Formats: sequence, structure tokens, C-alpha cells
Amino acid sequence: MKRFGALLLFPLAGLLSGCDLVVLAPAGDVAAQQRDLLVVSTLLMLVIIVPVMALTVFFAWRYRQSNASATYAPDWDHSTKLELVIWAAPLLIIICLGALTWLGTHLLDPYRRIDRIEPGQPVTQLHKPLRVEVVALDWKWLFIYPDYGIASVNELAAPVNQPIDFRITSSAVMNSFYIPALAGQIYAMPAMETKLHAVINRPGTYSGFSANYSGAGFSGMRFAFHGLSDQAFEQWVAQARTASAALSRESYLELEKPSENEPVRHYASVDPDLYGAILNLCVERSKMCMNEMMSIDAKGGLGLAGVRNTLPLQYDKLARRGAVFGNDPFYVASICTAEEAAAAARAASNATPTDWPARNLSPLRGAGLLRPGTESRRAEADTPSLGLLRREL
Amino acid sequence: MASTATMAGTEPVFHLEEEHAHAEGSSTMLGFWLYLMSDCLIFAMLFAAYGVLGGNYAAGPAPKDLFDLDLVAVNTTMLLLSSITYGFAMLTMDKGRVAATQAWLAVTGLFGLAFLSIELYEFAHMIHEGATPQRSAFLSSFFTLVGTHGLHVTFGIVWMVTLMTQVARFGLTEANRRRLMCLSMFWHFLDVVWIGVFTFVYLMGMLR
Amino acid sequence: MPDTLTKFIFGRLTLDALPLHEPIVVATFAAVALGGIALLGVITYFKLWGYLWREWFTSVDHKKIGIMYMVLGLVMLLRGFSDAIMMRLQQAIAFNGSEGYLNSHHYDQIFTAHGVIMIFFVAMPFVTGLMNFVVPLQIGARDVSFPFLNNFSFWMTVGGAILVMASLFVGEFARTGWLAYPPLSGIGYSPDVGVDYYIWALQVAGVGTTLSGINLICTIIKMRAPGMTMMRMPVFTWTSLCTNVLIVASFPVLTAVLSLLALDRYVGTNFFTNDFGGNPMMYVNLIWIWGHPEVYILILPLFGVFSEVTSTFSGKRLFGYTSMVYATVVITILSYLVWLHHFFTMGSGASVNSFFGITTMIISIPTGAKIFNWLFTMYRGRIRFELPMMWTMAFMLTFVVGGMTGVLLAVPPADFVLHNSLFLIAHFHNVIIGGVLFGLFAGIAYWWPKAFGFKLDPFWGKVSFWCWVVGFWFAFMPLYILGLMGVTRRMRVFDDPSLQIWFVIAAFGAVLIAFGIAAFLIQIFVSIRKREALTDPTGDPWDGRTLEWSTSSPPPAYNFAFTPVVRDNDAWWDMKKAGYIRPLSGFKPIHMPSNTGTGVILAAFSVALGFGLIWYIWWLAALSFVCLIATAIGHTFNYHRDFHIPAAEVTQTEAARTTLLAAQG
Repeated sequence: MKRFGALLLFPLAGLLSGCDLVVLAPAGDVAAQQRDLLVVSTLLMLVIIVPVMALTVFFAWRYRQSNASATYAPDWDHSTKLELVIWAAPLLIIICLGALTWLGTHLLDPYRRIDRIEPGQPVTQLHKPLRVEVVALDWKWLFIYPDYGIASVNELAAPVNQPIDFRITSSAVMNSFYIPALAGQIYAMPAMETKLHAVINRPGTYSGFSANYSGAGFSGMRFAFHGLSDQAFEQWVAQARTASAALSRESYLELEKPSENEPVRHYASVDPDLYGAILNLCVERSKMCMNEMMSIDAKGGLGLAGVRNTLPLQYDKLARRGAVFGNDPFYVASICTAEEAAAAARAASNATPTDWPARNLSPLRGAGLLRPGTESRRAEADTPSLGLLRREL
Repeated sequence: MASTATMAGTEPVFHLEEEHAHAEGSSTMLGFWLYLMSDCLIFAMLFAAYGVLGGNYAAGPAPKDLFDLDLVAVNTTMLLLSSITYGFAMLTMDKGRVAATQAWLAVTGLFGLAFLSIELYEFAHMIHEGATPQRSAFLSSFFTLVGTHGLHVTFGIVWMVTLMTQVARFGLTEANRRRLMCLSMFWHFLDVVWIGVFTFVYLMGMLR
Repeated sequence: MPDTLTKFIFGRLTLDALPLHEPIVVATFAAVALGGIALLGVITYFKLWGYLWREWFTSVDHKKIGIMYMVLGLVMLLRGFSDAIMMRLQQAIAFNGSEGYLNSHHYDQIFTAHGVIMIFFVAMPFVTGLMNFVVPLQIGARDVSFPFLNNFSFWMTVGGAILVMASLFVGEFARTGWLAYPPLSGIGYSPDVGVDYYIWALQVAGVGTTLSGINLICTIIKMRAPGMTMMRMPVFTWTSLCTNVLIVASFPVLTAVLSLLALDRYVGTNFFTNDFGGNPMMYVNLIWIWGHPEVYILILPLFGVFSEVTSTFSGKRLFGYTSMVYATVVITILSYLVWLHHFFTMGSGASVNSFFGITTMIISIPTGAKIFNWLFTMYRGRIRFELPMMWTMAFMLTFVVGGMTGVLLAVPPADFVLHNSLFLIAHFHNVIIGGVLFGLFAGIAYWWPKAFGFKLDPFWGKVSFWCWVVGFWFAFMPLYILGLMGVTRRMRVFDDPSLQIWFVIAAFGAVLIAFGIAAFLIQIFVSIRKREALTDPTGDPWDGRTLEWSTSSPPPAYNFAFTPVVRDNDAWWDMKKAGYIRPLSGFKPIHMPSNTGTGVILAAFSVALGFGLIWYIWWLAALSFVCLIATAIGHTFNYHRDFHIPAAEVTQTEAARTTLLAAQG
């Protein structure tokens, strides 16, 4: 693939030396596969773009008015053969590109667990994925490591060549979680969870940020992503554990308030139910969690009595809330305790299997792709460069 | 198509000798249909919003806690009857009977008012019980969808009064007939939308 | 004055709303105010008010309304472009710890306003203006189907523009990005008037756009000259038809979704809130169901312009007319099936993403076919490189690059790494500037002589052309590279100094574009000064092919003394070849619509209504709403909306043209 990449960059090489085209030279396998797809698609399209541009210039020059020697056919306006070509040529390119897209989109679905660390090195039982819970706050990032019970603000670290399993949400407005060197982005949305699976292959410090405008402090919503060796990562964790602060519901509510350009901060311990509470908008203990609300709704709501089950909003991270013709701000009160709600959230998150890799990773239906465990096709072995067709485990 | 040769023996005609009459209002029906379709799209969006949010009660009341199907049935009857009486108004208009047309229009308007009154009563009752549009996304989308229809009916009644004044003053002229025709389309359109509301919001809400 | 009374009279409008503490805004205000006063002074001094009111503001003549749309677009282009150049400057200097010269409160408004203005109040008026002016002429009609509605639509668009402009000096504009995604645009996170300005400006303008769409569809369907079957319509008319179908079938979606957002903000409903079962993702879906067809609303008419220009300046019939028409229709339909490609990163799942990715790619097939059709129109032609053709060439070479990067962004995994990056910004500027704007300049240069009777000065036109084209490449190629460096959009400050050089190059490109705009204005000024030398008495300066070139320049109020009969899709070309002789006698009185000021008044009340709603001045909102309805009803009591141009007057006008043509030889 490097060969193709170099080809694309050739004319710009001189100009671009010295600048870091991270999207074209990432340090994570997922981003590298996305880069490959980008480059292949570009080349495919150049097959038609270059002739079109050349023909444009050529026709413009050849049939200029001053060139009396060129043929002039003022009434010639149709040719079935040509029409066939001009519709078929783009169609063929798009068929190729469409197939590539279908495969690539499924293989690089951020929700899908990765099945290789890098080309030729499949994920095995030995690879214990690092779980990270990501919360986009106004305007900083909170990373919770549930397996280690630590958390950090605006700093993310992960061991190289280990799968990382991100769960992403937001506290208030929509953001997009993006580390170009690692993998493509995915939105961080309040009361919703998105997932991202990735791996970092080269140690180093990379930049991460929000790729979706989220308000005044958006520009400063950046963090460093450290790809570390296993030892260095253990050291990083140990160092975080020495921090004095603990992340409880109360300190989270303090942290959640809008602030800009926050320095890096670590928390030695984290309330294990915090992430679930953030995701379900019920960090305040008396508030009904979204999952509780949704299960009540699925059973038909709480009836007319439910309209009384509200309390005036006391805490608010924003100066003002509530519409001019609306009622005073209120919230739906929880009918179970925060502990019960947390237990329910935990049960829900544990319901997903944690063994890695999952037995049947692939939801693929596309022709040309094989389900895991079936015979490998010869062609696949011949075309490893695309980086798309998955090796057998 | 490339050939522009004229047929042998006939001089090519390049323009009409007579004034090319695009009679006034010849596009009005098409234009009004297009407007109705664009309005229909607004309702489609509101239906879509209701479809997405209609089950989100925020641990509050659900349709079956709120809707009174008997009342809605009466309401629906009012609107359907008003469509029928508008039909009679159009029939009498075609016969050129001004007084009868006006009378049928008045009846239609009264049915429309009855519909609106019942709807307002229903809204007031729900709000009184605490089921306000702010309480849940279901209620927001319910009040908006039904309320938008109600606003259209209100607008239709204002329009109807205007047209009745114009018919009274200028008679069933060509222009007034065209306008009555447009209002007729508008009124029946609201009827069709209401049938959608009745089915998808009320009936299916009770089944949920 | 007691506080409650003040609050009643002024709502939440206070003296603090005037941005006196922002020196940049104060300076802008001073400049606009001085310029405005000077303009008003000149109009008053030359006693032009009556003339403007009678002949222009209240006019229902589609040609004048079209020209007024173009003027609106041009004025707003200056505003939108000043936003652009401020952004470019900020991003070029905000490095190495510098905050630049704009704080986030100001900067965030600027990029929002830039997007909103460029799409709604520059591109839309330009496109609508062009269609308004050209379509009735091309189909041999005397006006549009609903001339009063046309005037009203225009003034509603102006009304929206006035609200956006007001936000610069009274209060603030939205700080949400041009599509105002909730929850950020909800009342909790944007409690100020900015988003309300956004909502009501777009609602007011949206009414105008929808009605003008209905109007032009009816015109094209109902008002075509005899003999002009659908498959004999000029391609520009075809693309206009498709555009207006898109308008009518997509703007109501915008109206609905903005109404829901307004309800959330004013009444406290829960459509797009995080809590209470609201769903912000629904807003994103709904707004792009409007937003993607909007892209084709903008580009399709310009595809039509390029078809007309290529065919005319190659002196040749358009290659593959039928496939051109079908390509346009296919694009129209497909544009509704691709909206999700604007948010692949929302996590919809691989199958949904690939469906929308592939439908997006399919659109490039008819678009590609169109490019080939223009290519083969040039093939075996006699190409005259006048200004419109130069713009077309620039378009073909620029647009394909934008198209390619567009297809690239349609590949979901590639979009994951490029979404919201400057690569995306470069892509859509590449198609909007390279397609829409270049097309508009081609169209303006092409039809200017038709509108005013003299050509545009070619020298300044070429200066403008080269500044624009070179400026465009300088301004946006660096953004492609920055996108590949992982730089995201809407950033105000940067911490990586290696990026700066690219932003400086981009800013240089923006300055070149500024020269291009200046040269365009100079071109208009010089052309008016030299109009005697540039005059075109024939009405057919380019050896045109379609009906608009058969009448005089500028066309008389009634467009055609006799309704033309069409026998070919290049109707005028056919008439010229078949020995058409202009009729000199036998004129009949012509039935025409009368001017009316109702449109201006209705739009003024709409602006007042919007202003009252934005600032919570409820009495103003209520009063203007009542006045709005009353005026509308009052207007329907006017049954005398038309008149006849006497045959004598027609004879006189046509005789004057005969003299002019004879003097020409």
C-alpha cells in the first residue's frame, strides 16, 4: 500500500516534506486501513478524472475558433455508442467503488471488534482489550478506565498493540471523538453511547480532539493520546493512582461545569457507577435514569400519576434553562434509588459478552467475503495489499 | 430532432397571430395543488416526529391514559360532515345559487368551529391534568401535530369568512369560483390529514 | 419608567444588545451606516424614490424581480465574503499562543453567519434571480404564472436578509454552525437571541423560496409557448424545473424542522432535548433531508447554464440532450436518498452507512454523464472563448476535482477520517465555488446583455476571472492538505505551528478572491460607463440558440410582441436558419399584470413579526401578525390586478426596435 501512497503524494512530495499528513500516515491499524481505502478510491476515480481533464483541455484547444482546420459539425448531437460509453464508464467505476465501500464499511465498522493488531497478526485470547469510557464535557474530555478504577481529564494513554474498546458519550452537547493517528472519528452524544474499536501500533504521543463544534471552548478541547509500551502504561496507571483526587458523583458535577483549556488531571479512583449514570443523565441522585425511564415507557408509562412525578430543577450547570412560555425547569424524579438504578445499568452493560475475540465477529453478508472459519480463498492470499480482505484467524 | 427542414409546401409558422391567451388563473389549480403537497410535507414531518417520539412518555402518561375516543369520534364526525357540506356548497355554486352556496358554507364553517371547540376542550383538559406539551416528547409531538392541524382549520375558517364576504359583495364571479374551489381542496385536504391523525395518533395510540 | 413597562415595550431588547464593546462591529456599523446614508441621500437627491417604488419595488415583471434578486445576492455576497476573509485572517494568525483578533463569541458567530448567508442569501437569490429572469424568456412566456406571488417571494427573501443583517448590529447571530444542531442550539445551551435570529430569518426567507418554487414550476408546466413540448425545452429550463421541484419538495421540511426547534426554544417542548424523551439525532436527520436536496437546488440550474453556454459558444447543438435531461431528473430523485452521508459518524451501523454511501456514489454517474455531454458538445465545435465560456472551462476543470473528493467522502471509512475536517470544507467550496459561483458568473456574463442591452467589459471580466480561479486554488488546496493533516473545521486557535504556512496560503487565496470580487464590481461599473461602446442593439450578441435571444435587449415589458411558435429545442437557432422575418405590424393589445405594493408591505410585517419574536416583544409580534393577515385578506379584495398594453404602444415599441436594427445594418 505504501507504494500507492507514495505515488499519490509524488507531485506534492517536495512541498509537503516537513508536514505531518497524519491521515495518510497514521500509527494505528484501523486508521491505516481507512487510509488504504481512501487511497484506493482516489486512484480508482483518477482513472476517469484524469482523462476527462485531459480531454477538456485538448478539445478546448483543438476546437478553438481560430483553428479552421478542425472539423466543424454544428448539427452533430447524438451518438448511441458514445452515450453508452459515457454512462458505462462512470457506472463501472462506481460498481467497483461500491463493492469496495460495502466491504470496507462493514470491515471497518467502528462498532465491530477488531480482529487483527496489524497485518498478519490476528487478535488472540492473549490480547486483553483495554476498556475506556469516554465522556465529552464542556469543553474537555474525561477518560475513565473501568478496569483500573482510574480516570483522567484531557489525557489518554493506551498500551501499543492492544485492542482498545471505547464507549463514548457526552454530558451536554454533541462532540466527535477523534484521534487521527489511531482511528476514524465517531460522535459523542448525550444520553447515547457510541463505540469505537481500535489499536495503536507505534508508541508515541498523538493529538486527539473534538471534531464537531460544540460551543465557545471548542478550540481548546484537545487532548494528548499516548501510545505506550506495556511497562510505560503500567507506570502511567501507577502514576494516576497517586493522584489525590477521587471522581465521585459530586466531584463529577463540579467537573462537568463548562470550562475551557483544562489542564491534564488524574483521578486515583472512580465511582464504578459513574459512567452509567452519566450515560443515563442521572448523576444527580434523585433524577430518573434514562434506562429506567425507557423501560417504564416500554411498559406504557406511569399513567396520569406520572405527571406529578416531577421535581423542580435545583442543580443546573448552565446559567439559564427553560423556555419563555414553558414551565419552570423540572426533572422526572426517580422512583428507585440511585443504587438500584446503578445495579440495573451494570447488569445491562455486563449483558454484553466480554470474551475476546467473539466467536463470529462478522455480520458480513457481502459476496466475496468469507465467514470466519470457512476455507480461505486463494485470491485473498494474492491480494493482501488492499488491506481490506480479512485474514483468517 | 436534428432536422429543421420544413414540410414541403407549407411556410414555417414562427409566431401566433392572435394573442396567446393564458387565461387568468389557468395555473391556479396546479399551483394550489403544489402548495397542498408542500403543506402535506410539513404534516409528513410532524407525523414522522410523532412516529419517532410517540412512545417516549418520559415516565408520564401514555395515549390510553389521556385520549377519550368517544370525544375524538364526535370530533371526527364534525370534520367529516363539514367536508360533505362543503361538497354541497360546491354543487350549489356550480348551479350559480348564491344564497344556497352561502348557507352551505356557513354550515361548513359551523362544523369547523365545533371541531375546533372540541379539540380545544380536549387540549385544555389534558393540560389541566398536567399532561402539558413540556411533560414528554410524546406530548410535545402530539400537541404539535394535532395543533398544527387545528391551526390549519382555524385558517380555513378565516378564509371561508373572507370568501363568504366576497361572494356576498361580488357574487359568484369567475375569480370567486376559483377561490371557492381552492378552499374546497384545502378543506378536503385537512380532512384527509385528520383521518391520518385519527388513525395513527388516536386509534393506534389506544392499541399501543 | 417602571421595569415591567420597559420589559413590555422592549421585551429582552436592552441597550446592551448594541455591540458597542466590539470595535470591529462598531466600525462595520459605522461603514454600513455611512454607506447607507450616502445611498439614501443620493436616491433622495436625485428624487429616485418614486421611480424605484413604481418601477422596481412594486414591479411584478419577472425580469425586474430577477434583477433585484441578483442585486440582493451581490450585496449579501459582500457581507458573506467579509465573514470569510475575517475567518481566514483569524486562522492565519492564531498560532503560537496567540488568540488571534477574534474572541470565540465573535468568531463563532462569523462562521455561522458565513454559512447561512452564503447559502440562503447569496447562492439562493442568485439562482432564483437567474431562473426568474431567464425561464419565462426561454419558454416564450410574458411573465410567470403568479406575478404578484413572485414579487412577494422576493421581498420575503429580502426580509430574511434584513433580519440576518440586523443581527450584526442589534444583538448577535447564532453561534452554532450553519445548521444549528441541537442540543447546542436549544434554549439551555444557546439562551440568547442568536439562534432566534437564525430561525426567523430562515423562516421568513423560506416562505419566499417555497412560493417562488411553486410559481416557477407552474410557469414551466403551464406557460410554455406552443410547440415547446417537454423534450423541446431548453436545458436551463429543464434544470430550473427540477430545481423548483426540489425546492417545493424540500423547503417545507426545513420549515417544519425549524418550527419544531422554535417550539423547543419558546414553549419548552421536547423534540430535540436530551431529556424527557427528546431526540437531537432526529433534528440532524430532518435538516439534512432538506439540506442535501438544497445542494442540488443550487447546482442544477448552473448545470443548465453550462449547457446553454457550451452549446452557444461552440456554435453547436448540445450533445445528448435526452441523456442530459434524464441525468438531471435522476439527480433530482437521487438527491433525496443520500442525506445520511452527512453524518456517517453518528454510528448508524455498517449496512445503513454503506447504503447511503453507495447511493451517493450513484449520483456521480449522471453527473459524470453531464460532464461528458459538455465535452462532446465542444467536440467538433467552433469554440469562442468569451467570458461565459471561460468560466465554463474553469468549472469543468475545477468541479471534477470537487466531485472526486465528494465521492471520496461518500466512502464511510474514508469519511470517518475526513468528516468535519478542512478536507470537507475544501470539498464543498470546491463544488460550490467551482460549480455554483463559476456558473453564476458565466450566467451573468452570458445574460447581462439581454438584461441591459450592452455587454460586460471583457478586460475587467478577465481580471476578475483569473483572480477568482487562481484565488480559489490558493484558498482551498491548502485546506485539502490541512484536512489530511487531521485539522478539523471551526477551530479558532491552533497549537501546532507547522500548520500556519498553509493557513497563510489560504488567506492569500482569499485575498485574491477579494480582488476578483472587486474586479467584478469594477467590471459592472466600467461597463455601465462604457455602455455606448459595448452596446448590443441586435438582442442576439452571442449568436444564441434559445428564444430569449429572439427579442430585444432589454426585452420589452411584454417580452414577445407575438407569442413564438417552437419547432425545435434550439428554437431561435432554428428560426434563424429557417429564414425568420420579424413581424412589423398587426400587433394586438397585450394582457399584463399590474404592479402592487402589497408584497413589500407583507414582507415588512413579516420582518416586524420576526423581530418581535426574536426579542420577546410580544405586542409587536401580535400587532404585526394581525396586520399581516389583514393586509393579505385586504389584498384579495382587489380584483383588478391586470391591464392591457394598447396595440399602439406595442407598435411604437416594436417600431423603435426596427429603427435600431436598421441603423445597425
